[in-house]
Amino acid sequence: MTGGGVTGGGVKVWVLHLALLAVLFSAQFWLSPYHATNLVRIMVLAVFAMGYNLAFGYTGLLSLGHALLLAAGMYAAGLPAQLWGWSAGPAFIAGVAGGGLMAAAVGLLALRTAGVSFMIVTLMFAQAGFLTLLYFAPITGGDDGFALANASRRIFGFDLSADTPRFLAAFVIFALGLLASLALVRSPFGRSMVAMRENEERSRMLGYNPFMVKLAALACSGLYAGAAGAAYALLFGYAGASFATIQYSILPMLYVLLGGAGTTLGPFLGALVMFALIEAASGLTSAYFFLVGAALVALVLFAPKGILGTIRERWVRWLP
Amino acid sequence: MAFGPFLLLALMEGLVTSATLALAAAGLSLVFGVMRVVNVAHGEFYMLGAVLAWAVAALVPGPPALAFLAALVVAPLLVGALAAAADGLILKRLNYDPEATIVATIGLLYMIQQATLSLYGPNANPVQAPFDWRIQLPWFGYSGYKLFVILAAGLVLLALWAFMTRTKAGLIMRATQVDRTTARAFGINVDRVYMGTFALGAGLAALAGVLIVPIQQAHYLMGGDPLLLSFIVVIIGGLGSLRGTLIAALVIGLSDGVISMFFTPTLAKILATLLVAMVLVFRPHGLFGAKA
Amino acid sequence: MAALIETCGLTLHFGGLKAVDGVDFTLNSGEIHALIGPNGAGKTTFVSLLSGRRLPQSGTILMDGTDITALPAHVRVRKGIAYTFQITSIFPRLSVFDNVALAVQARGVGDLAGRTRAALARVGMEGLEKQEAQTLSYGHQRLLELTMGLALQPRVLILDEPTQGLAASEIEGFIRLVEGLVPATTVLLIEHNMEVVMDLATRITVLNFGKVLATGTPAEIRANPAVQEAYLGA
Repeated sequence: MTGGGVTGGGVKVWVLHLALLAVLFSAQFWLSPYHATNLVRIMVLAVFAMGYNLAFGYTGLLSLGHALLLAAGMYAAGLPAQLWGWSAGPAFIAGVAGGGLMAAAVGLLALRTAGVSFMIVTLMFAQAGFLTLLYFAPITGGDDGFALANASRRIFGFDLSADTPRFLAAFVIFALGLLASLALVRSPFGRSMVAMRENEERSRMLGYNPFMVKLAALACSGLYAGAAGAAYALLFGYAGASFATIQYSILPMLYVLLGGAGTTLGPFLGALVMFALIEAASGLTSAYFFLVGAALVALVLFAPKGILGTIRERWVRWLP
Repeated sequence: MAFGPFLLLALMEGLVTSATLALAAAGLSLVFGVMRVVNVAHGEFYMLGAVLAWAVAALVPGPPALAFLAALVVAPLLVGALAAAADGLILKRLNYDPEATIVATIGLLYMIQQATLSLYGPNANPVQAPFDWRIQLPWFGYSGYKLFVILAAGLVLLALWAFMTRTKAGLIMRATQVDRTTARAFGINVDRVYMGTFALGAGLAALAGVLIVPIQQAHYLMGGDPLLLSFIVVIIGGLGSLRGTLIAALVIGLSDGVISMFFTPTLAKILATLLVAMVLVFRPHGLFGAKA
Repeated sequence: MAALIETCGLTLHFGGLKAVDGVDFTLNSGEIHALIGPNGAGKTTFVSLLSGRRLPQSGTILMDGTDITALPAHVRVRKGIAYTFQITSIFPRLSVFDNVALAVQARGVGDLAGRTRAALARVGMEGLEKQEAQTLSYGHQRLLELTMGLALQPRVLILDEPTQGLAASEIEGFIRLVEGLVPATTVLLIEHNMEVVMDLATRITVLNFGKVLATGTPAEIRANPAVQEAYLGA
């Protein structure tokens, strides 16, 4: 169980997750509009981080290029909406698919490497992707990005630019993402993902093709990143190349490290705590990135297992 | 201007890029070679070198040449000391785990950048060149300082090479590079070697920053490009191979100068980053490096 | 008896070191075949070639008459060649259950929990399933390694020094376990403990300097002067 095992916990685990979702759902009724909007952002970025966690926390793939997958989802949803007037539903599906396909394409090449090389290769691909967005600025809007027409931000008659539908949409995506990731990591496939992280050579001698398992895990991760990117574009009405910068590759890593790599709730907790920290430090506005940097250093030094990883190790062994 | 002189100008500009790039990349390569870690904050050491050169120039009275000489000594030393502190306080405690080190140096990058922004401000500031000669070629005049940069970088690299191959300290570093366990068994203080290597690598980057600042102004975000280019150089040259690094710096610097005259810089960068990724995927020992 | 695995001229050199040098070898279906020889004779390298962890420079490997020389390791495992590591290789931070489940689910996910528990019960490790693998005793870790190999339900089980570091009582249990595997599973055993070899093996192949020195029944091997010289004269 330690280090992200697969079995155990049973009913307790599902109860815990459903209880969290219930609290989050109710938050729209008791949070101020400002904080509710922040929570929407947190939920969307947590979906991104959950995807990152599948690759890094469970499969052991430390990617520095997830911004590329986020941007793939954002533009795969945003561009059709912008250019051809797609509505939110199809645009979102295109975004999810875009993230997954991009991840698979990157994985086909990058997964021939491992460790530090994998980190640099993914970083380079993401950088090339970011520069490509700048190069095609007439279409992508480059650094400035573009605003999505409100007509594209409608689903089933709801206007996603309004507070309540936006919160609900983010909540539904988050809830599905969380439950799907819980089911995934507790499935046999989730177990084989963890096997890659723990002992790839042994896995090979049990008949697994490590390349394929990691590729599938990365593609799943990409689906999440794509969903987050698409959701961000549709819920906040904006797509821009800044989401493809290295910062957006570091953020999910930070959330996951903070909340606990290889824990299902870690990505959300990490995003939440980081937002709260930044909010608390907002008096020193320019200190934002300093805080991010200090948090990264402190985490790898003093709490490499993150909040939930430490809690699992010390007290709550059944935590998934 | 005719094509020939135009190309010559591009090549000379490329040579200046190569020179500073070779310094910065040699630092990155040294750190990777000896310590087997990738320092993502390397570009910030370069930036700190440039910013400190500005600060020293502002503080030291007298002729610009004197202030510049002071900066050439002071900036790399200060940056080296900072790097040594980072090594002792952070990297050593991580036991130089490759992945944790990358995460930690990303954190360091953010911290250095933001601290510089807070203390130094968002503006780009020029530093006066130590001398103002121009060399008149038949087709165009050329800055004597730029030629000095090429010369200085060459000398420093030569000194680095002599240090690594001719001195006891260099021998100890190379021994640690080959096998740290055995080195330790032979009584080598590996911790000190690592700290020294990390400081030396950072100092080289800072030196490159000092040299470039009369040509290119000091700015808190200026570390990004040299980091990327150093990565490219080190990877194409073969991770940890000093000779490969130098050849690659020459090739990349020259082609960067030439390519950016004919292509848009963005397209050139896209191609360069993809090239690096492909080299790592298909030729992990680099294009020029022997087996790592 | 039918040949399950045959090698012909199998060769792998590391620089000047002829680790495996033109080995012709036959593993018959249903036998317990021991591979012995001095340290550095190329035993582990040879079984690495069989399992696909390394690829040979020349020579062929046939399984049921089909050429498998170029197949990657995981495909060979799925064809029924299981390998247990000389240096215990388990998933140290996962539970015993998860370790064995990883092997069981490689053959299908139906009734995963039940089949996993059955695999554990077969070796007497029921009751340990929630324990983290790295906290097991050394003997139990070796047993877990073996259990993972068995859970693959292989046609050939390659055991690389399985009794190394085990107590005498544990070795006794191990011998009974392996005896029970044949003839359903064919066993290829690298072993230094001659008592275990003589107790278990139906046939023995002796490797020396990467070449086959002799093959035969335990009695034949014991009487072979070349073998005696290799072992005693070295």
